[in-house]
Amino acid sequence: MRGFPEYFTIWHIAGHYALRGIAYLVLAFLIVPILVIIPLSLNAEPFFTFTKGMLALDPDAYSLRWYQAILTDQKWTLAIWNSFVIGIAAAILATVLGTIAAVGLASPWMPFKRVITALLLSPMIVPLIIIAAGMFFFYTTFGLVGTYPGLIIAHAALGVPFVIITVTATLTGFDQTLFSAGLSLGASPVKAFWDIVIPLIRPGVISGGLFAFVTSFDEVVLVLFLAGPEQRTIPRQMFSGLREQINPTILAVATLLVILSVALLVTLEFLRRRSERLRGSM
Amino acid sequence: MAEATTNLRTHAAKRLAPEDARNAAREVRARRLRAFLFVAPLLVFVMFAFVAPIASMLFRSAYNPTVANLVPASLVAIADWDGEGRPSDDVLGQFAIDLKRLANDRTSGQLAEEINRFLPGTSSVVKSTARTLRRVDDGTLAQTGPALLLDANDAWAEPGIWRALQEAGKVYTTSYYLTALDLEMTRDGSIQQRDTQIYLKLYGKTLWMALIITVLTLILGYPLAFHMAQSSTSRANFLMVFVLLPFWTSLLVRTTSWIALLQTNGVVNSTLIALGLTQDPFELLYTQFSTIIAMTHILLPFMVLPLYSVMRGIDPSYMRAAMSMGSRPIPAFLKIYLPMSLPGLSAGALLVFIISVGYYITPALVGGTDGQMISNIIAFHMQQSNNWELAAALGSLLLFLIIALYWLYDRFIGAGNIKLG
Repeated sequence: MRGFPEYFTIWHIAGHYALRGIAYLVLAFLIVPILVIIPLSLNAEPFFTFTKGMLALDPDAYSLRWYQAILTDQKWTLAIWNSFVIGIAAAILATVLGTIAAVGLASPWMPFKRVITALLLSPMIVPLIIIAAGMFFFYTTFGLVGTYPGLIIAHAALGVPFVIITVTATLTGFDQTLFSAGLSLGASPVKAFWDIVIPLIRPGVISGGLFAFVTSFDEVVLVLFLAGPEQRTIPRQMFSGLREQINPTILAVATLLVILSVALLVTLEFLRRRSERLRGSM
Repeated sequence: MAEATTNLRTHAAKRLAPEDARNAAREVRARRLRAFLFVAPLLVFVMFAFVAPIASMLFRSAYNPTVANLVPASLVAIADWDGEGRPSDDVLGQFAIDLKRLANDRTSGQLAEEINRFLPGTSSVVKSTARTLRRVDDGTLAQTGPALLLDANDAWAEPGIWRALQEAGKVYTTSYYLTALDLEMTRDGSIQQRDTQIYLKLYGKTLWMALIITVLTLILGYPLAFHMAQSSTSRANFLMVFVLLPFWTSLLVRTTSWIALLQTNGVVNSTLIALGLTQDPFELLYTQFSTIIAMTHILLPFMVLPLYSVMRGIDPSYMRAAMSMGSRPIPAFLKIYLPMSLPGLSAGALLVFIISVGYYITPALVGGTDGQMISNIIAFHMQQSNNWELAAALGSLLLFLIIALYWLYDRFIGAGNIKLG
C-alpha cells in the first residue's frame, strides 16, 4: 500500500495507519497470551508469575526443572501416552470411515444427501457438555465408560465432521469418471478406490486425519465424563492441575503443546499448498 | 441427485424400449445403492456413537423409573388415594413393608433422594424411618405397619409427603422440564412460576455473555480481517499465522495463559503495580470479566477466518471507485464494503455465538461463581448433585436452543460454507 492515490487527504492516510495500528494490537492480543507462558515455564521458583530475578535476566532464575518434573511424574507420562494412543486411534477410525463416506456423499447418486450430511456434521455443532451427558448415560449401558474403546469411539465421532469437510473439499475437484473408468477396466471397487481415488484425495485425507487427531488431543469435556483414572489425557491432567494445585509444570506442558501446534500448522500449510498444486495441475 | 434421477427416468420413458428403460432404472438403483453403501458404515457408527446417546439423553429428561422400580406395590396401593388427608392404612402398611425391604437392600437412600426433590426436607424423614423399620420383624410389621410408620415420624400423617411420593413415582414426567424452566405444578394442575428463579436467569446470563463475547470478537476481528484483506497475499499469509497459531493451540493452554496473566499476583497485576498505576492488585481472575476476556481470545479466530475469506473476495476497485468519485471513506465503507462483507460477518457472529452458548471448560476454570454458564450447571447436576434427569432436561433445552440457532445459520448462510484453515 505504498503511494496513496491522489484523492487521499491527510485524514485518509491517518485513518489507514490507525487501522493498521488497531490490527497490530489485535494480533498482539491474539499471540502475546500464548507466548507469555513460554518464559514463565522456565521459572526456577514454583510461581505462575515473573520473579525479580527473571526480569533482571539472571540465569539462575531460569531452569528446566518443570520439564524434568513432567518426565519423572508418572501421572504426566501416562497422560501423554494416553493422549497419543486415544488421539491416533480415534483419528484413524474417523479418517477411514469418514473418507469412505465422503466419497459416497460426493456421488451425484447419493440418496438423502442433505439430511445425512447434516447428521454426520452435527457433532461439530452440539455443545460438548450435551454430548458428554448423553454419552455417559448411553455408554454406561454398554460398559464403555472408563475404558479406552469408549473414549476412542467418542472422540472419533467428534472427528468425523472434520474429515468429511476436508475430504469433500478435495473431492470437489475430483473427476468421478476416473473411478468408473477403473471399474470398467476390470478393477474391483476396493482396488479402484485404493489405487485411483485415494492417491488423488490424499492431502484432504491427511489434513482431515490431523484435524481429527487435534480434536481428540485437545478434548477434555468428554474425558471428564467418560474416562477413568487410567485414561486421563494431557488436557484432563491440566484441567485438574489448574483446579487443584497450580504449579509451573502445567506451563511447561503448555509450552510443549504450543510447539506441537506450530508443527501442526506448518504441516497443514504444506498439505494445503500441495493440494492446491495437485488440483491446479489437473 | 434428484434431478439426475428424474432426467434419466423421463429420458428413459420417452425414448427407450421398455426393456432398456428397465435396465436404466436398475442401473440408477444400483448407483444409488453403491453411493449409499459407501456412507453406510459411518452412518451406523455415528448413529451408535453420537445420535443414540443424544436420543437417550432426551428420553431420560422425561423418563425416570427409579421410584417406580423401588416401591412398585406402594405406588399401586396409593393410586386410589384422592390426595386429601392421610392415605388409607393399606397404603401405609404396604409402604412400611416396602421401606423395610429397601432399608435392608441399602437402597432407601435413593428413595429418600428422589422424594426429596419434590418436597425438600423429606430426605431425613425417609432415611430415619427406614432405620427404625429395619429393626422390626416381618410379623409385627405386617400387623402394625401403619402405626409404626406414624410413630416413626409425624410427617407420615400429612398428605404432603405422600403427594411427593406419587409425583416421584411417575415414570414419564414433565417435572424436570418444569424445574429447568423455573416452573412448578400446583396441586390443582396449573403451572406457575417458582419463587426463586435459578435456571431462566442462568439461561439469560449465558445468552447475554455469549452476546458480549460475539460483539467483542466482532469489534476486534473486523479491523484485523479488513487490514489483512487489504494487504498483499504474502503479507496476509504471514499475518494469518498469528490467527491460526492460537486457533491450533490447545484450549487448555490458552485458558492456562489467562490464569497466569490475570491472577492476583499475575503478569497483568504485576505490570500495573510496577507502572505505578495501582497499589493494590485487582481481583481479575475467577470473575465474569475473566470468563469473557478469555473466551473472546479463544473464539476470535472463529470470527476472523470467515470474515477474512469473504473480504478477500471483495474487489477493492469498488471502494476505490467510490472514493475517486468523491465519497468520503466512512460513507463509502458503510454503503459499499460493509454490506459486501455481511456474509462473513454473520457467519462469524453466529459461529462464535453458538460456540459460546455451550461453552464449559473456560467458565469452569476461570469463571469463579460469577462467570458460570448453563453448561456448568449441567455438569454440576451430572457430577455433584447426581440429578441426572434435571441435567438431561437442562441439556435438552440447550440443545433445542442450539438447533434453532443452527437452523438460522443454515437458512441465512448455508452450513456447507464452513471452511477450515
